[in-house]
Amino acid sequence: MTVRVQTAAFDMGAELNAFSEGLEAGAVVSFTGLVRDAGRMVAMEIEHYPAMTERAITAIVQEATARWSLERALVIHRHGRLMVGEPIMMVATAARHRAGAFQAAEFLMDYLKSRAPFWKKEIGAEGEVWVEAKASDEDALTRW
Amino acid sequence: MIDILYFAWVRERIGLPRERVQTDAATVADLVAELRGREERYALAFADTSALRVAVDQDLADFDAPLAGVREVAFFPPMTGG
Repeated sequence: MTVRVQTAAFDMGAELNAFSEGLEAGAVVSFTGLVRDAGRMVAMEIEHYPAMTERAITAIVQEATARWSLERALVIHRHGRLMVGEPIMMVATAARHRAGAFQAAEFLMDYLKSRAPFWKKEIGAEGEVWVEAKASDEDALTRW
Repeated sequence: MIDILYFAWVRERIGLPRERVQTDAATVADLVAELRGREERYALAFADTSALRVAVDQDLADFDAPLAGVREVAFFPPMTGG
């Protein structure tokens, strides 16, 4: 299991290649989230709670690993100022079969959205606005 | 003494990222009531606790969580990771 919280950009291809090396598992699923242009947006600022972040993500990854018997799991999440189009975060899961790898990746994404202490702010040409959590994000957790 | 941390718009509304307070509050809710009574900016930040989340010693908690032996309480809006 690898959890990285960082300001630096990452190369998703290189990360995925390194993640997949020497696996016994037959299925690897990955998701990468990019900074989307929400109209006249120039950047995104991501704040986090340093003392809690890695620990909260690690707990989520441990649960996914146990539930879907993952051989490997990876979470990279950035913070600080990111430009439109840059990768924000990445999740990868390796399991024996694809159903487990897909489900574990979705579970990780759902939990990272509303249980990992990050807050996004959109920086626009005319001002800044905090991204509000959606009720649907919270609802997504009930399926697990 | 308890360290109180604020994040995102809670931090902006209160105007500081953290502070250390002397309190006899028994629960998070009692602490919130104490803070609300301090100044207008605290009253504004804590006006609607349903819009807030709390972590006690770096674990998500409820507003009725006890504070005995606790070193750090953090207040923030619902998280927007991923």
